[in-house]
Amino acid sequence: MLVDIENLRITFENNGKRFEAVSGVSFKLEARQKLAIVGESGSGKSITARALMRLLPAQAQVTADRMLFDGIDILSQSEREMRKLRGGRAGFILQDPKYSLNPVKTIGNQIAEAWLTHNKGSKKEARDAALNLLEQVMIRDPQLVLNAYPHEISGGMGQRAMIAMMLAPNPSLLIADEPTSALDASVQAEILRLIDELVDTRDMGLLLISHDLPLVSNFCDKVSVMYMGQIMEELAAKDLAQAAHPYTKGLLNCLPSLDEPRGDLPVLTRDPQWLEEQAQ
Amino acid sequence: MTNPMIDVQDLRIAFGPKEVVKGVTLSVPAGESFGIVGESGSGKSTVLRALAGLNQHWTGEIRFEGAPVASKRPRAFFRKVQMVFQDPFGSLHPRQTIDRILSEFLSVNGLDDVDGRVNRALDAVALPQSVRFRFPHQLSGGQRQRVAIARALIAEPKVLLLDEPTSALDVSVQAEVLNLLGRLRKSHGLTYVMVSHNMSVVAHLCDRLGVMQHGEMVEQLSVTDLRARRATHPHTRELVELGQALASTA
Ligand SMILES: Nc1ncnc2c1ncn2[C@@H]1O[C@H](COP(=O)(O)OP(=O)(O)OP(=O)(O)O)[C@@H](O)[C@H]1O
Ligand SMILES: Nc1ncnc2c1ncn2[C@@H]1O[C@H](COP(=O)(O)OP(=O)(O)OP(=O)(O)O)[C@@H](O)[C@H]1O
Ligand SMILES: [Mg+2]
Ligand SMILES: [Mg+2]
Repeated sequence: MLVDIENLRITFENNGKRFEAVSGVSFKLEARQKLAIVGESGSGKSITARALMRLLPAQAQVTADRMLFDGIDILSQSEREMRKLRGGRAGFILQDPKYSLNPVKTIGNQIAEAWLTHNKGSKKEARDAALNLLEQVMIRDPQLVLNAYPHEISGGMGQRAMIAMMLAPNPSLLIADEPTSALDASVQAEILRLIDELVDTRDMGLLLISHDLPLVSNFCDKVSVMYMGQIMEELAAKDLAQAAHPYTKGLLNCLPSLDEPRGDLPVLTRDPQWLEEQAQ
Repeated sequence: MTNPMIDVQDLRIAFGPKEVVKGVTLSVPAGESFGIVGESGSGKSTVLRALAGLNQHWTGEIRFEGAPVASKRPRAFFRKVQMVFQDPFGSLHPRQTIDRILSEFLSVNGLDDVDGRVNRALDAVALPQSVRFRFPHQLSGGQRQRVAIARALIAEPKVLLLDEPTSALDVSVQAEVLNLLGRLRKSHGLTYVMVSHNMSVVAHLCDRLGVMQHGEMVEQLSVTDLRARRATHPHTRELVELGQALASTA
């Protein structure tokens, strides 16, 4: 088992006010498996992933009956051990890739550094590896991007550079928070194909956070649907279109269509009962 | 015959020796919505920024309502043309309250009735008055995007240039923002140019679209033709097919 989380709770305390942002989330992920977490903005997807990497700010209280990565108890690891894990055996593609890139270093140097932290080799080899990774993420002119600073590249290129950096150390778990939301369909498909291949050939596990339901339905094995810090349902990705929960149905129903014009799009009507049912 | 709201002839833009927009020509009648799609790095944002007057190093011709614009735009230009950026978090000042962000344009331009205008802009994007005194990081992604739209609307522009206005949003907020943009276009008689990589979103909001690849606009067509699979350029067809494959749930 790559990831095993049981009853995760995350509480923020600001000016004496407590707010439970994640309330009893559980899921498991095996090697070579692709799990998606979907749900509305603010439902707790990103902080769930951050808790697993212990990347939450100090004012966040995290508790869980169990939170294991490859058998390691995450909650009891030292900060030093966590640092080794992050960007090593666990890669994390953050939601705002442009902010996670260092603005004063070239893309090439950043990827080469990531490669060197977990591979032995010369500077030249690291640079070649970086070039190779940029090619793998479908950057058309990798030599140019290698020498560019983050502000000189387009939104989609920044996202791909970030993906290349995370793949550099050969992680066994990849957490990808909205990795393709700024990419056009052809690059998106290409990146997903690349991740798919890595999952198969390197026995990697994937935790994909996305608000794109059709995409995860096509690409993942299973889907957890989150709403206000709770998981409403977990189902096989291919069954997403036949989801039973009204929240999941509502999310599927508000998409615009390429086939036919729709007038005003339906928006969600939320039912307070969704949260009570789970609490029972 | 009336002039189109936006008319662009042979627009070219280079960064150093590298030309990234290679002769784009397009025309948008008043009240219409024009979409720009195409692969990442093809120059979509760069075209939009040139229209908005945020890049002065272009050649060719850009006309609004028939009048050519110089590379440096006078202040009055920004009352007519406003832009909403690709990522709302980056474009909102982190240490300014929403109130300050929204009223800045008004004070710079010496406009009166600041309170009334700010309130009407918040109403237009369906944000409660209570967000006025919050900072951007205290709002959700969807609320921040609506603030960015409200800031653009406060100038009472005729043209809105939208760069990926919904790609950072979840589907329910995306639906709200698309409904809002559709409604505003009718009620305020706005003209839109919208960049998006999501074909369904473009089809939903636009009348026509242009497809970019390697700095060129390789095809322009109506959304009706797009929906009926009458696109002719291979890049357009590829985007439609992939969009289709990704959009269908099992
Ligand atoms: N540092 C913090 N202090 C207080 N509340 C926070 C903090 N970070 C996150 N939250 C809150 O936790 C909740 C979950 O946030 P999270 O970022 O996980 O949402 P998300 O599901 O990833 O949404 P999105 O799709 O918009 O990225 C939100 O209500 C958010 O406001
Ligand atoms: N300030 C800059 N300096 C140098 N090159 C730049 C600069 N801004 C953009 N470019 C280059 O211009 C090209 C077009 O970029 P642009 O941002 O317009 O792409 P885009 O079509 O909007 O892509 P995306 O869908 O990824 O946002 C890219 O190759 C980019 O690297
Ligand atoms: Mg998030
Ligand atoms: Mg762009």
